[in-house]
Amino acid sequence: MTTVSAPSGRAASHAVRPGLRRSQRRRRLTAYGMLAPALLGLAVFFGYPLIASIVFSFTRYNLLDDPQWIGLRNYEYLFTQDPKVWVAAGNTLWFVAFLVPVRIVCALAVAGLLVRARQASGFWRTAFYLPALVPPVASVVAFVFLFNPGTGPVNAVIRFFGGQGPLWFNDPALSKPSLLLLGVWVLGDIMIIFLAALLDVPREQYEAAELDGANAPQRFRYVTFPNLVPVLVFALVTGVIAALQYFTEAAVASTVALGKASVGEGAGAVLGYPDDSLLTYTQWLYVRGFSNYQLGYASALAVLLFVVAALFLVLLLRRVDAFTPEEAQG
Amino acid sequence: MSAAVLTPRAGSRRRTPGRIVAWVAEHTLLTVLLMLFAAPIVFVALTSFMTGDQALTSALWPDPWSVESYVEAFQRVPLLRWFANSALYAVLATLFMLASSIPAAYALSRVRFRGANAIFVAIVVAMLLPPQITAVPLYIMWVKAGMAGTLLPLILPNLLGDAFSIFLLRQFFLTIPREYSDAARVDGASEWGILWRVVIPMARPGIAAAALFLFFNSWNDYYGPLLYASENQDWWPVAYGLATFRGSHSTNWNLTMAITMLVMVPVVLIFFFAQRVFVEGITLTGVKG
Repeated sequence: MTTVSAPSGRAASHAVRPGLRRSQRRRRLTAYGMLAPALLGLAVFFGYPLIASIVFSFTRYNLLDDPQWIGLRNYEYLFTQDPKVWVAAGNTLWFVAFLVPVRIVCALAVAGLLVRARQASGFWRTAFYLPALVPPVASVVAFVFLFNPGTGPVNAVIRFFGGQGPLWFNDPALSKPSLLLLGVWVLGDIMIIFLAALLDVPREQYEAAELDGANAPQRFRYVTFPNLVPVLVFALVTGVIAALQYFTEAAVASTVALGKASVGEGAGAVLGYPDDSLLTYTQWLYVRGFSNYQLGYASALAVLLFVVAALFLVLLLRRVDAFTPEEAQG
Repeated sequence: MSAAVLTPRAGSRRRTPGRIVAWVAEHTLLTVLLMLFAAPIVFVALTSFMTGDQALTSALWPDPWSVESYVEAFQRVPLLRWFANSALYAVLATLFMLASSIPAAYALSRVRFRGANAIFVAIVVAMLLPPQITAVPLYIMWVKAGMAGTLLPLILPNLLGDAFSIFLLRQFFLTIPREYSDAARVDGASEWGILWRVVIPMARPGIAAAALFLFFNSWNDYYGPLLYASENQDWWPVAYGLATFRGSHSTNWNLTMAITMLVMVPVVLIFFFAQRVFVEGITLTGVKG
């Protein structure tokens, strides 16, 4: 774990000839020019709204009237009175606790199988990666259809074997596990990163371990695992941050399973179906902010999300050097 | 692929009974898994070719095969308009991103200057933080600019760089040996000249990957259109339209499945044409120790 390193190579720029220094200054100016649009974008679309969210969180604001300063009242309400925020936070934490590790373990297992498939490797890799490419809305719609209790193929197969299929997306106890299955289906995105890491493990290390008499679990523990740690950390942290903002899959599953569209004011009645079991934190933020127009309160919800996400982000940023290949660190 | 098969290592593996059993077991497992992974798409496709009457039953195989769902889907909702909106969103966002993010990524990967590291960290933070954190002030901003109710709030910001794309492009540019740009510098080329004549030609796969990622993300986007365009059907992209279709137009699954197929197919086709580039891009987003 290393901290952010200082820009490399600056020391070398002292004590050079004046002509070279002038050209270097010009290059630096060009660099700032090349970055200018992106810097402006960072300021306008990230820095400003981040600060504004914090400021709005101390106000009551409905877009029609001017924001009205109300101190900590939004936070007081959030922590003591909001009827659904803890249900929503609990649902989101459920996805953090189950979706992230289950996806990682399954992706690792599939990558482990694929690394051993030597013939037609391209075919196998593509086949298992492909579902990750399906637009999320389409894959959720497909899963709600597959698991729909009336005509769905899954329950038809269960009936064929004499069983009684459950209600899946229409059952509050099974709606989240059903989305877990969807998450496993689209494991290709992290599987492909694991596969690349597995293919990068030097063969000599396995051969040496084999010569030393290591069995398969020991080879995994002492050769494979240490080589995988960086990608595992990456998958874990980015997975947690993605789970904290889990929105589309849950919102679309509720909409499609209920069979009612959720636009504007009606969103609060649809999102979370069945029985608030799919109401995630970011959906609750959406409902309070953009269908009830409680923009001040929604900002307070956003600030709490920011604090939690930032904690996880610090974990990743402490490894920021990992993003810079050694040869470029100069 | 042939290289892996032809290496002496592969040849020297003895075909002991143990190895054969392992091979059969692995491939059986892979085949079963493959069938499970393919099943969702297969069932979606089969249902989309059923008639409306048959889709009301739990039949798994179309009888008769029919394209009625596709024809009817186009009649029920303005699908062409939705596709046009999606294409407009994805194409413009991608072009704008390339124009703004390639120079930024070049500066971050090739020029040494004060603050480069701080800017890179800010970009990583912007890329990773949930977009909902900044949603309220941005929404207010676009309402005041009179652009809420369109997709412009999702397209225009790409003119000012996209954090993930800058990150991805920078990672790719770093893999190009410095010697090439240093040589051009010695020959008196300007930074823009090096970017245009040295780095861009060598970074084509990385640029293609970044473009594909943003194209797919825009094509697939649900949250953005929900926020800005949900109350104006004229601006709905097809992914958003699909999500609302069953609720507002028909509870009949065959129609929904037909639109699901139509949303999936372009993405899958593009993937098959650009597969190598894409996989390369994905592994680049990963990290090394």
